[in-house]
Amino acid sequence: MGVFPWVAWYAFRRHTAYPLGSAAEAVTNTAFGFLRAYVLIALWQARPALGGYDAADAVTFTFLTQALIGPVQIFGGMELTDRIRSGAVAIDLYRPAGLQSWWLADDLGRAAGALLLRGTLPMLAGALAFPLRLPGPAGLAAFTLSFLLATLVGFALRYLVALGTFWLHDERGLQAISLVLSLFLSGMILPLVVFPGALGAAARALPWAALIQVPAEVFLGRREGPRLVSALAFQAGWAVVLLAAGALLTRRARRRLVIQGG
Amino acid sequence: MIEVVDVVKTFTVRRRAGRVRRVRTEAAAVEGVSFTVGRGEFVGLLGPNGAGKSTTIKMLTGILTPTSGTVRVCGLDPAHRRTALARRTGVVFGQRTTLWWDLPLRDSLALVRRLYRVEAAAHRARLAELTALLELGPFLDTPVRQLSLGQRMRGDLAAALLHAPELLVLDEPTIGLDVVSKATVRGFLERLNAERGTTILLTTHDLGDIERLCPRVMIIDRGRLAYDGGLERLRAEAGGDRVLVVELARPGPPVRVPGVTVDRVEGPRQWLRLPRSANAAQVVAALAGGHEVRDIALREPGIEEVVARLYRGEREYRPGAPAQRPAAAE
Repeated sequence: MGVFPWVAWYAFRRHTAYPLGSAAEAVTNTAFGFLRAYVLIALWQARPALGGYDAADAVTFTFLTQALIGPVQIFGGMELTDRIRSGAVAIDLYRPAGLQSWWLADDLGRAAGALLLRGTLPMLAGALAFPLRLPGPAGLAAFTLSFLLATLVGFALRYLVALGTFWLHDERGLQAISLVLSLFLSGMILPLVVFPGALGAAARALPWAALIQVPAEVFLGRREGPRLVSALAFQAGWAVVLLAAGALLTRRARRRLVIQGG
Repeated sequence: MIEVVDVVKTFTVRRRAGRVRRVRTEAAAVEGVSFTVGRGEFVGLLGPNGAGKSTTIKMLTGILTPTSGTVRVCGLDPAHRRTALARRTGVVFGQRTTLWWDLPLRDSLALVRRLYRVEAAAHRARLAELTALLELGPFLDTPVRQLSLGQRMRGDLAAALLHAPELLVLDEPTIGLDVVSKATVRGFLERLNAERGTTILLTTHDLGDIERLCPRVMIIDRGRLAYDGGLERLRAEAGGDRVLVVELARPGPPVRVPGVTVDRVEGPRQWLRLPRSANAAQVVAALAGGHEVRDIALREPGIEEVVARLYRGEREYRPGAPAQRPAAAE
């Protein structure tokens, strides 16, 4: 067996090594879930059937997306960024293993840990307080696949931003732009079905939709049969494109590399 | 083992010039360095901060691609055969760690086995050997973040050596270590080189490392090889003044001896700086003629002073006359 499953396993253990910290984050995510839920309930009372959702859909959407914040790491950031900035990336570049594959394995382990420690509480609390729309076994299987693809796309986007540090030396600007895009275009702030006309169509075609909107629709059972296939294909397509871009950029970074800090 | 010919590495630096305009300038980190290192050698790489040591090491390990010139390590081109090369070399960056911060040391070492695809039995034997030599036993199960710097460094050394590399490259392996940890690391490296025949190249700012370990030293300064040869020859060639410490019968003004300058006066004691050309016996005779001398001591320049003079460029090592050292065959 190769080294990558081990990297993922170690990352999982590392990210579950501080359960108290994760619990604090989960509580925060849950509290904001209630805030958002009441705002959306008010919105759907004023505009019933907005975007084809009813209030129960909207509330489920809210708690699900709060649960996904950690695993998909919607607020961006990657440890690799700090390693590039400090020069510790030299160690990663020396290893006889691909840079992107290594960090992808690490991120999958991290996502699994986050799903366990940060995803459970918001869903549980939401389900106790509201009548959530939960999927059956087939829906759950479809959602699992969609969630996995969402982590892949999330990783690929953050990896590209992290690699930007090689060129920019300070990635805070890039990080800020990517945060705004990621929050608005993923459906994290508002479900993308609410976005009007061309803006909505554009948002639904961009890769950020694969992070939150698409897995949430799969969870809500709004994507079934051929529409489910097209949803998964949309996510997989972006994952392939972005990971390929990451591989290309990694090769270029290796060639014109400046290691900071000597 | 290592063959470096006319290697240049320049970095493009973009600077602001006006509001939007950026000016690109080329900054050379390494400007035409050539050397060879034979199998089984133990070579120290010295140089002031920013001289190009780390850049050189990163080109040797395939992390950086040279702008021009050729590099061969274990017969491979590091930039193109990085993965194949990494399986035959070990690297320790003293200021960084390959270990997993939040996990026990044992787990990091287990991952190294997966990374380098070492057979389980070979790994076990090698781990046992390194554990004994580096005294890792007491902290194998401690999370790395709880280790002292000396323990962490020993852990990093073990991680770099578990796949039995032919060449070990160390970038400042003793930085920040206390005397005892330094001695452990040095003793280990000495045995590794002597008993296993592992070729070792290390950079350091600690001349104690060089004096204790390296029969051969290379000095890189401003991107060029300023010296390549033995330590003794360096001492002799780089010169440096000797110092004569005289204790007179009573305090007095600085003594006057032709060709000698008085550096320091402290009560009856005076520090006289003797240039290489001065004859110590004649100076002592001249002193004794005019003063009542109680005691006398002659100090040879320390290696630190020799190197400091070289760094300051007081004595340029002529690039036209490179160190004549038989290039050991790969």
